[in-house]
Amino acid sequence: MTVFHAELAGVARTYPGVAGHPAVHALGPVDLGLVRGEFFSVVGPSGCGKSTLLEVLAGLSPASTGTIVFEGAPVAGAVPDGIGVVFQEDASFPWLSVWDNVAFGLRRAGIEPGETERRVREAIAFMGLKDFAHAYPAQLSGGMRQRVCIARTLVLRPRLILLDEPFGALDAQTRLLMGDELLRLWRETGATVLLITHALDEAAMLSDRVGAMSARPGRFIDIVETGWPRERDSRIVAQSGFGKITGRLWTSLREESLKALGHAHGAAAG
Amino acid sequence: MGRLAWIRLGVIAGFIGLLEILCRGGAIGRLTMIPPSEMAAALVELIASGAVDDDIGRTLGSVAAAFTLAVVFGFVGGVALHAIPRLRRAADPLLATYYAVPFFVMIIATLNGLDRIPRVLDKVARTHRMRPLETALRLKLPAAAPYLFTGVKLAIAYSFIGVIASEFILAASGLGYQIAYAYNNFDNRTMYALMLFVLTLVTTINMALYVWERRLQRRRLGR
Repeated sequence: MTVFHAELAGVARTYPGVAGHPAVHALGPVDLGLVRGEFFSVVGPSGCGKSTLLEVLAGLSPASTGTIVFEGAPVAGAVPDGIGVVFQEDASFPWLSVWDNVAFGLRRAGIEPGETERRVREAIAFMGLKDFAHAYPAQLSGGMRQRVCIARTLVLRPRLILLDEPFGALDAQTRLLMGDELLRLWRETGATVLLITHALDEAAMLSDRVGAMSARPGRFIDIVETGWPRERDSRIVAQSGFGKITGRLWTSLREESLKALGHAHGAAAG
Repeated sequence: MGRLAWIRLGVIAGFIGLLEILCRGGAIGRLTMIPPSEMAAALVELIASGAVDDDIGRTLGSVAAAFTLAVVFGFVGGVALHAIPRLRRAADPLLATYYAVPFFVMIIATLNGLDRIPRVLDKVARTHRMRPLETALRLKLPAAAPYLFTGVKLAIAYSFIGVIASEFILAASGLGYQIAYAYNNFDNRTMYALMLFVLTLVTTINMALYVWERRLQRRRLGR
C-alpha cells in the first residue's frame, strides 16, 4: 500500500448560504494522494474549486466531509508545520524590504540570527533577487514580488509547497522562465509540490502528474502522468510528447470549460 | 529645495507682499486688516512680553489632550466597529454627522485602513500560524498605517480648530479667548498677532508631519 505524503479522501467543501444566497457546493468529493517529492498540478475551468482544494489541503478552509492527512497526521483547523503556501495575489509586505520580507518567518520562529542570515541570503540568491535585497516591493516588478513571496515560503523549508496560480499575472515568456526556477526549486529542495494553474502548458511542462478537474463542484476527471525526467526545464515544450499531454488535458477539459461557461449543449460538436 | 517648493514659496511671498502694499496704501482699512509686517512685529512684542504665555500653554495643553484622546479612543473605537459589523451599521449615521470631530475622524481613518488590508494577509498569517494579536500588530497595523497616518494628521488639525473655536465662545482664557477679546475691543494688532501665531504653529506642525509621512511612504511607494 502506498504511503502518501499528503492525502485527501472523500473531501468535499460546501460554502454555507449567506444573506439569502443558497449554499455553494464548490468541491468534490475528491480523492487524491500526493507521493513524497512529486510535482503535481491541478487544472480545471474557472470556479471549479481548484483554490478551494488547495485551501482545504493547507488547513486554511475546513472540509465539509472527508479527511485530509499530511505526513500521517490529520489536517484540521490550522496549517500544519511543514506546509508552505504561495498565493496568487501579491502577498509581499510593502513596508518591509526584500530581505526583511524573506526573513519574516524565521525571525518569528526565533531562529538564531546567524542561521537566519544564512538562509535568507541563500533564498534571495536562489530566487535571483541578490541585487534587490534592500529594495522594497513597490520597487519590483510583479514577477519579482512573487519571487519574494516564494523565497519567504522557501526559507522555512516546507516539505509540501502549495502554489495557487503564482504566475497568473505574468506574461507567457516570464511564466516559462519562472517555471524553470520553480523546477529548480523543486529539484533542489526535494519538497512535494502542488501547483494550481489555469495554464495547461504550464501544468504539462512542470509536473510529474496533472489532475484535470470538472466544472463545479470540482472532481478529478483525469489524471495524466507526464513521464518527464526529474532533470527538465521549459525547453521540454518543444518535445513531441508535450503536445500529446496538453491535447489529452484539453480533451478532458473542453466540455467542462463549456459547462462552466454555461454552453454545455455545444460541447459535443467539437 | 525643489522647483515646486520655490514656486510655492514665491506665491506665498507674493501674496504677503500684495497684502502689505494694499494695507500700507490704504486700499484695505486698518480696522479691517493691519499690514503683515506689523502683525509679525506685534507677535514678536507679544511673545517677548510674556503676556500670553499662560494662554498659549492652556490652548496647547487642551489641543494635546484632545489629540491624544482622539487618536487613542478613535483607534480603539475604529477597531471595535470593524470587528462588529452590526455595531458599525448602527453607528454609520453618527460617523457621517460628526466627521469633523477629531475622535470621529480617527474612527473613520481606522475603519478605512482596516477595510483596505488585503485579505491575503490573513491567509499569510494563518500559514505562519500567527495568533490574532500578533497578526494585528505585525501585519494589519503596518498594512493600515498610511490610512491611520492620515487620521492622525486630520486629528491634529481638527483638534486645533475644535479647541480654539470653543475658546472663542466658552472659555475665559486661551488663545481663542484672547483672539475674540481683541476682536471685540478693536485691538487688531493683538488679534492678528495671535492669529499669525496659530497659523504659523499649525503650518509648521503640518509641514513636519508631511515630511515625516513622505519619508515613510517613499520606500513603500517605490519613490
